[in-house]
Amino acid sequence: MTDSTTSLAAAEPLPQASRDFIPLLLPVVLALAMIPLIGSPSTWVTLTVASLAMGMMIFIMASGLTLVFGLMDVLNFGHGAFIAVGAYVATLVLVPMAGYIQADSLWLNLLALAPAALLAMAVSGAVGLVFERVLILPVYGSHLKQILITMGGLIVAEQTLYALWGPQRIPLPLPASLRGSFIFGDIAIAKYRVLAMVVGLVVFGLVLLVLNRTKIGLLIRAGVENREMVEALGYRIKRLFLGVFMVGSALAGLGGIMWGLYREEVHASMGGDLMVLVFIVIIIGGLGSIGGCFIGAILVAMIANYGGFLVPKLALVSNILLMVAILMWRPRGLYPVTNR
Amino acid sequence: MMILSGDPPRSRILGLLLIVIVTMLALAPFLFPGAKAMNVATKICIFAALVASYDLLLGYTGTVSFAHTMFYGIGSYSIAIALYAMGPTWASVATGIVIGLPLAALLALGIGLFSLRVQAIFFAMITLAVASAFLVLASQLSWLTGGDDGRSFQLPELLRPGTVLISKSVFGFEFNGRTLTYYIVFFGSAAMILTLLRIVNSPFGRVLQAVRENRFRAEALGYRTVFHLTWANVLAALVAACAGILNSLWLRYAGPETSLSFIIMVDILLMVVIGGMGTMYGAVIGAAMFILAENYLQTLMGMASKATAGAGIPVLPDLLHPDRWLLWLGLLFIASVYFFPTGVVGKLRGKKA
Repeated sequence: MTDSTTSLAAAEPLPQASRDFIPLLLPVVLALAMIPLIGSPSTWVTLTVASLAMGMMIFIMASGLTLVFGLMDVLNFGHGAFIAVGAYVATLVLVPMAGYIQADSLWLNLLALAPAALLAMAVSGAVGLVFERVLILPVYGSHLKQILITMGGLIVAEQTLYALWGPQRIPLPLPASLRGSFIFGDIAIAKYRVLAMVVGLVVFGLVLLVLNRTKIGLLIRAGVENREMVEALGYRIKRLFLGVFMVGSALAGLGGIMWGLYREEVHASMGGDLMVLVFIVIIIGGLGSIGGCFIGAILVAMIANYGGFLVPKLALVSNILLMVAILMWRPRGLYPVTNR
Repeated sequence: MMILSGDPPRSRILGLLLIVIVTMLALAPFLFPGAKAMNVATKICIFAALVASYDLLLGYTGTVSFAHTMFYGIGSYSIAIALYAMGPTWASVATGIVIGLPLAALLALGIGLFSLRVQAIFFAMITLAVASAFLVLASQLSWLTGGDDGRSFQLPELLRPGTVLISKSVFGFEFNGRTLTYYIVFFGSAAMILTLLRIVNSPFGRVLQAVRENRFRAEALGYRTVFHLTWANVLAALVAACAGILNSLWLRYAGPETSLSFIIMVDILLMVVIGGMGTMYGAVIGAAMFILAENYLQTLMGMASKATAGAGIPVLPDLLHPDRWLLWLGLLFIASVYFFPTGVVGKLRGKKA
């Protein structure tokens, strides 16, 4: 009897969770459905590229937050602070290097952009470290206190930025070689959007690679599913969490500089403003899910761009409507990960 | 004790503080007739009620909502739009109330039913999203709300400053329409706070506290927690809308900055936590402390900033700049969540026990 069951189990491959492709189709279907509504194909391409680029930027900002929530059940309302910190730190590099930025050579531009992005990520990662150690560590397990404390952190960070840089908006011009568009026939695609898409895809690919192909990624995924079990196996999940938190903050900082360049200005309130968008994205995606976060970001950006073009008045509440619709369909988001 | 619903301050210092605050506010038009002082007194009254209603949610049920200013704004705007569109009559005041309060209640009901089924953290995010959408909506629909400029309007004859009810020769003090408006605000706020005190000390309020302490257990005892939470949300929204109405009546204006902005939401959070969550008295103390600080601490900070700038210390003058007062309150807020989560009131009560 026992023999037959073991041999049976050995013969069959391990049971795999069935893949859920329906959410993946959503952005595609949405984009295709918009073709007849928008009419002109060139406008459609421009809008689609714009929403993909915007979606990537939002994804970069939101990815850390959703993992942090999934792993430790910590919702960080201060995440927006890292976005703003990243953007402000970038101005520290980009404003003095304005000569490189204005030069009409892609390599000189990148020579200025790369250190700016690296510094922004390093500083917002470091701020994340302080944030986690000082603010969040003492209030594990209490949602109410977490929300309050991280809100307080957001206020303090925002006010500190105001104190150090002053309350005015800081202009952040796009590098010369990234201005303008690629023209294919009557289709115009802004160069910066292409860069944003590439960076976003690279980040998404790296995150997926780390999560699915490394031991640390395995531990993170296991921690999201069942934290106690991973701890019982002897792994220090709090340290793992600190690492995820720092990477998440660094990514938020990267998103901040990209958003700052996209809008060509930096302001301390941008963190709080983007927070709302980021929250909608991670709710839609399912708290804790990277794939859901990716699709959610693209959906939100698509709705914002198509909606803004077709019915500008509706664009104000379109994100909320999208969220309500998705939650009616799947109450815990597109890809529910945690059982919390 | 009837009027306090059997929930007295339970601390001598707290009782004394409350008596001082209430007496000052009650006599404000006689003691501090200046325009700035009167504005401060009115703001304390209105915010005490607004913060108390928020405490019903945060302190008694443990749910964090970021949509409280939305309901406050609905109240403000409903009166402002009604008086602006229909002229300064009592009928338009009534219309504003009749439209505004049910609207706030319905919206609160909708949000509650939609999102209170899941855990508190979800509710916090959804209210944040809805409130920010509402803020954008209010500043974009300029034909209705006046956009970023808001709506200024005229009050009914009786409430205008020019209307002299008791002339100066009788008491040596002029009791005009403005004074009457102040007393409407004062007694309105007092009535709201006492009603909330009544609610939290009723069996309903006990269930709310049970939900806060352990939702699962409350449910196991047979209470429909979604029902209770949604009711609390609706009640809080109604009180917030009433506070908004009073605010509009006093300012003769409603705009995004004064009634909807996220800054006000943050202010409310700070007041609740610093004053003391889960105690209605905390709202009064918190509002009084915060608004006095907002109006008078800044002067002090300005002086400190100038002094440090004169001494040639680098970053400090910027940190002490009067506009940065929220930075210091934010730090105070974090410290109070850590070290005295029960706020000023909890501290005072604890000392006595």
